[in-house]
Amino acid sequence: MDFRKGRFLWMCFGILLIAFACNPSTSDTKGFADDIGHGDKAVPDIIDFNFHVKPILSDRCFKCHGPDKNKIEADLSFVDFISATKPLGEHKDHFAIVPHKPEESALIDRTHSNDPGLIMPPPESNLILDEYEKEILQKWIAQGATYKKHWSLLPIQNSKIGANVKEEFIHNEIDKFILSQLEESPLQPSPVAQKEHLIRRLAFTITGLPPTIDEIDKFLQNDSPAAYEEVLDDYLGRPTYGEHMASYWMDLARYADTHGYQDDLERTMWPWRDWVINAYNRNMPYDQFVTYQLAGDLLPNATKEQIIATAFNRNHSITQEGGVIPEEYRTEYVADRTLTFGKAFLGASLECARCHDHKYDPISQKDYYSLFSFFNNVPEKGLIEEYGAIPEPFIEISQQEVTSILTFINNIDSLEKIPLLVMEEMAKPRDTYILDRGLYNKPTQQVTPNTPEEILPFDGYPKNRLGLSQWLFDEKNPLTARVAVNRLWQLCFGKGIVSTADDFGAQGALPTHPKLLDHLAYKFIADNWDVKKMLKYILSSRTFQQSTNSSALALSLDPDNLLYARAPRLRLSAENIRDNALASSGLLVEIVGGPSVKPYQPKGLWKEKTGGGGGSTAEYVIDEGGKRFRRSLYTFWKRTVPPPSMMTFDAVSRDFCMVSRETTSTPLQALVMMNNPEILQASKSLASSALRSYASLEERIIMMFRKATSRMPNRKEVMMMQDYLQKQQTHFVENVNLAESYLDMNLPIDNPEKSEAELAAYTMLANVIYNLDETLTRS
Amino acid sequence: MNKEIEERKYAMNRRTFLTKSAIGIGSAALATLFGCGNSNGSGAGGMIRKIGGVLGNLDFAPKAKRVIYLFQSGGPSQLELFDPKPLLNEMRGQDLPATVRMGQRLTGMSSGQASFPLVGSPYKFNQYGEAGTWISDLLPYTSKIVDDICVIKSMHTEAINHDPAITFFQTGSQQPGRPSIGSWLSYGLGSMNDNLPTFTVLLSRGTGRKFGQPLYNRLWGNGFLHSLHQGVQFRAAKDPVLYLKDPNGMDRKMRRKMIDQIAALNQLQAEEFGDPEIASRIAQYEMAYKMQTSVPEIMDVSDEPDYIYRMYGAESMMPGTYAANALLARRLAERGVRFVQLYHMGWDHHDNLPVAVAKQAKDVDQGSAALVMDLKQRGMLDDTLVIWGGEFGRTNYSQGVLTENNFGRDHHPRCFTIWMAGGGIKPGITYGETDDFGYNIVKNPVHVHDFQATLMHQLGIDHEKFTFKHQGRRFRLTDVSGHIVKNILA
Repeated sequence: MDFRKGRFLWMCFGILLIAFACNPSTSDTKGFADDIGHGDKAVPDIIDFNFHVKPILSDRCFKCHGPDKNKIEADLSFVDFISATKPLGEHKDHFAIVPHKPEESALIDRTHSNDPGLIMPPPESNLILDEYEKEILQKWIAQGATYKKHWSLLPIQNSKIGANVKEEFIHNEIDKFILSQLEESPLQPSPVAQKEHLIRRLAFTITGLPPTIDEIDKFLQNDSPAAYEEVLDDYLGRPTYGEHMASYWMDLARYADTHGYQDDLERTMWPWRDWVINAYNRNMPYDQFVTYQLAGDLLPNATKEQIIATAFNRNHSITQEGGVIPEEYRTEYVADRTLTFGKAFLGASLECARCHDHKYDPISQKDYYSLFSFFNNVPEKGLIEEYGAIPEPFIEISQQEVTSILTFINNIDSLEKIPLLVMEEMAKPRDTYILDRGLYNKPTQQVTPNTPEEILPFDGYPKNRLGLSQWLFDEKNPLTARVAVNRLWQLCFGKGIVSTADDFGAQGALPTHPKLLDHLAYKFIADNWDVKKMLKYILSSRTFQQSTNSSALALSLDPDNLLYARAPRLRLSAENIRDNALASSGLLVEIVGGPSVKPYQPKGLWKEKTGGGGGSTAEYVIDEGGKRFRRSLYTFWKRTVPPPSMMTFDAVSRDFCMVSRETTSTPLQALVMMNNPEILQASKSLASSALRSYASLEERIIMMFRKATSRMPNRKEVMMMQDYLQKQQTHFVENVNLAESYLDMNLPIDNPEKSEAELAAYTMLANVIYNLDETLTRS
Repeated sequence: MNKEIEERKYAMNRRTFLTKSAIGIGSAALATLFGCGNSNGSGAGGMIRKIGGVLGNLDFAPKAKRVIYLFQSGGPSQLELFDPKPLLNEMRGQDLPATVRMGQRLTGMSSGQASFPLVGSPYKFNQYGEAGTWISDLLPYTSKIVDDICVIKSMHTEAINHDPAITFFQTGSQQPGRPSIGSWLSYGLGSMNDNLPTFTVLLSRGTGRKFGQPLYNRLWGNGFLHSLHQGVQFRAAKDPVLYLKDPNGMDRKMRRKMIDQIAALNQLQAEEFGDPEIASRIAQYEMAYKMQTSVPEIMDVSDEPDYIYRMYGAESMMPGTYAANALLARRLAERGVRFVQLYHMGWDHHDNLPVAVAKQAKDVDQGSAALVMDLKQRGMLDDTLVIWGGEFGRTNYSQGVLTENNFGRDHHPRCFTIWMAGGGIKPGITYGETDDFGYNIVKNPVHVHDFQATLMHQLGIDHEKFTFKHQGRRFRLTDVSGHIVKNILA
């Protein structure tokens, strides 16, 4: 490793952030999430408001001196230059900030004070500023205390980068942005990953399923420079792509098969899910995809398909709890739609402004209810009064429509009529009021549909959801494209360029690569919001194709891989993990769409929690046959008791819109992989097919291992597994009754005319393989 | 702020440790990671320290190390159990005066009633203990522990329906999505054992009302905290913890060998990729292996002496009953589980209250009292906080027709009773008063957030400082309010 002059600091401090004494005018501006614990970080030469100062002001000062006009202390606000520099006090004789003169600025005086009565932030706030932060503020004032609009509200720039980097590291523009920043560190880009890793990475990123051995072999044998692109195109063209993309969208859309709350009765929303899968598969442009869902019913001569898409805004929970006050809950539903709109499309945390002006972002309570009013005109009720009734408004889809115009719906059970909750606009919109402290029964001032002006004024659009959607996809809207491409990046790399994918506001993380984010956003719009094209662009970058091997230096300098000197090694999602086992073992039933299914789950989980109600959701009845082995996105989702093994692997409960998941590692996950009958069945099935397919021990082991991990085991690994297998087999031969009971898992397997002991031993080895860290991840 | 720094340190320590130890670390040492401190403090090679919660130094000297929360789901009637109101018996059948109701909103279940006939308790009350605590005849065993408990008659809440009210109690917010109390404590304080979850949940179904309101997994959910902190349900089933039991035909030796095999293969990957997460996964398998032994051991209560069964009652021998869960709670607490959350369903008595409330009381009376006495005789009551109570109270008027022998009570958020014991709570007192109608609080009101703030305080945590930043905001259990109820502290 080359420790060139000037890079020495890296080793001294061992902290990544140090080299980011950046100069926004000459290099890409960098910033980081959760900028806390600064250690010995050096203060940058030139202070950038958005990347250095704003995070401090927002997090430590705005609570009392920020956008919430009702909570401003001492008549001082730091929201803009004028407010922060105005004369203060009875005699108007002092100033929080005097540009260029930190020594005359009360902000500096007060933040450095030792007097508990004077120091800012005050002790009771439980907030403090560290030395680094104080220095930033001081230097910023010395340099003139320049303000800038929040970074995410600035227009999207079509930045170019003329990075002075080696050609070999450049596959497309993305790599230039990454490398120009990486060059500032002593780290080097990693070599391209081995082909087995690449194909597994592509397969899971695009389809959520493992590559088959045939696909791997074909790719390994294809030496053409276009081999990678061929595989990429192949996967993007498969129906499994739409399924995989839909599973993310279902989190965002808080999709469930039940109403949530108290009795959590069943609802029918799966036709909407089928539409989502189909829309992805025919590569519907993102603007159209979202417009249909937000306002399909308001489009001129709305088609039934467009109306089906609006079920998006009815995926929220609806209560059936006897005795609730309906208006209290109806208000919650409207608030939920507003929250979802903000989080999913604007990357804005709006809900703070439900009770008061936002404390960190330029969103007033009036802005909130003006946005709320777009979603307040649904002819709906707060409470499902008649037990089991379908909450209005809804449509019915006939079998005849399914076979003619709505062929994307898989009416596998041949239902005569399929009900679906959808949006509808009341002829006369409801009056919307600001609700004091967000309470349904405390209306104050009346408001009309509008959007936060700071984002983009709502000028000239119809004052309904269709207008809102036009505003959202106005090229001048600074957020929509940034938020969308950030999520696509997250899908490929495990985390976004903005790590808080749901918050692009003052309290959210700063983009690690702001110019890259803008480049992608600009391109996304220029390419007419073409999702597959954008994904292909990201996946074609060399940055994506790097190896995941991390050196000790890379780990210590950049443990979170913010510089992308390597590709991330990512644990698979709950859905992927189960689907990997089903697909690799041959159990997977590949049918696209249809009513949700009930695969195995431990007995009694629903029943023990019901209060006697619940109808079809009172007791979980495991489906028969192939329905047990469908892809996990089809697993019936009961909101109050979600599928336990999925929750153990960090699925979200679907109570609210979520745009990213945690990744954890817990003992309960080990128990699921070792003892869940589904995984054991997959183990048995994999073992059985290996026994059928090959005669030699080694070939069988290799096949099982490759199917689960997509990689050829090395010599040592084969030896280890062989040794284990033989010992287990001996054990089972000596204890045939154990083998019998171990294999008794209610799964008919073609008899390979092998002994029970042999199948049992192979099954155990298959289970070992399914439990490997490598099987649960993609490298 | 401090918490965040602590958390980051924690993450860094963990990472550094794992990086260093990715190669060749003994599985036993690894098993003490991740929410599982080394209970006897003798970590392998001195390298392993107890890596607990994010709270390094506590804000206060903790009085309690652990909590057992006996949640009475559905809303027990304070008027039949703890808060005698003779005036209601005198005024039986008369309408609730508007001057008493004072605009209190009603649920949709009784808001349509033409009248609100007052009704008193059909059950008698007596005073017990040195403090002369009022307890109803329905709770004979509880009457024997009154000098060890603090009865709070002035609880009040904001919600009037089950789902929001119970969610409010358990997470500090009426709407779903926040972490529950146990998750907060797991996150803040970490674990005290190396083979059991930090936050466990036990459910039982009441005999008083078969069809009551349901429970939801999110009541013990981790919300926006790491899913490591979610409550783990212990069930009275073949698999006390989901997927715990090895498949048929597999003995412990085989399981051991399998886990070693998995670890050995994972180790090769760790060497190749240098990813600390692989070492973490190896450690998780060790913990899982330990749990497979420790959980069944806890569930198998056959080693308890007869006098314990006599204390908890005959039902304590029937897995899944409240009494059995109360005994189990003690065993879990004893083995270092930080937070044991019980739920007993069936307290929602909109009709048939006189019969139903008696049955429910019988379900829980002996077990609850036995738990307090049992903890006391083991010297554990001092540092174990025990809480008994539901999500709201019940109205002083009858929901539905008041007949000679039958009536019901609707939900009442304005006043209800809970009790607390141990963990530095003042024993043998009654706190707060309600009016003669049992409708409004006249002295020392305790809001749900006050209760939560007090609970946190007893564990050494300042509820205003203990926050988690999520979506740009610092969230805390007590949201934006809550005062410590100093007068009930010992």
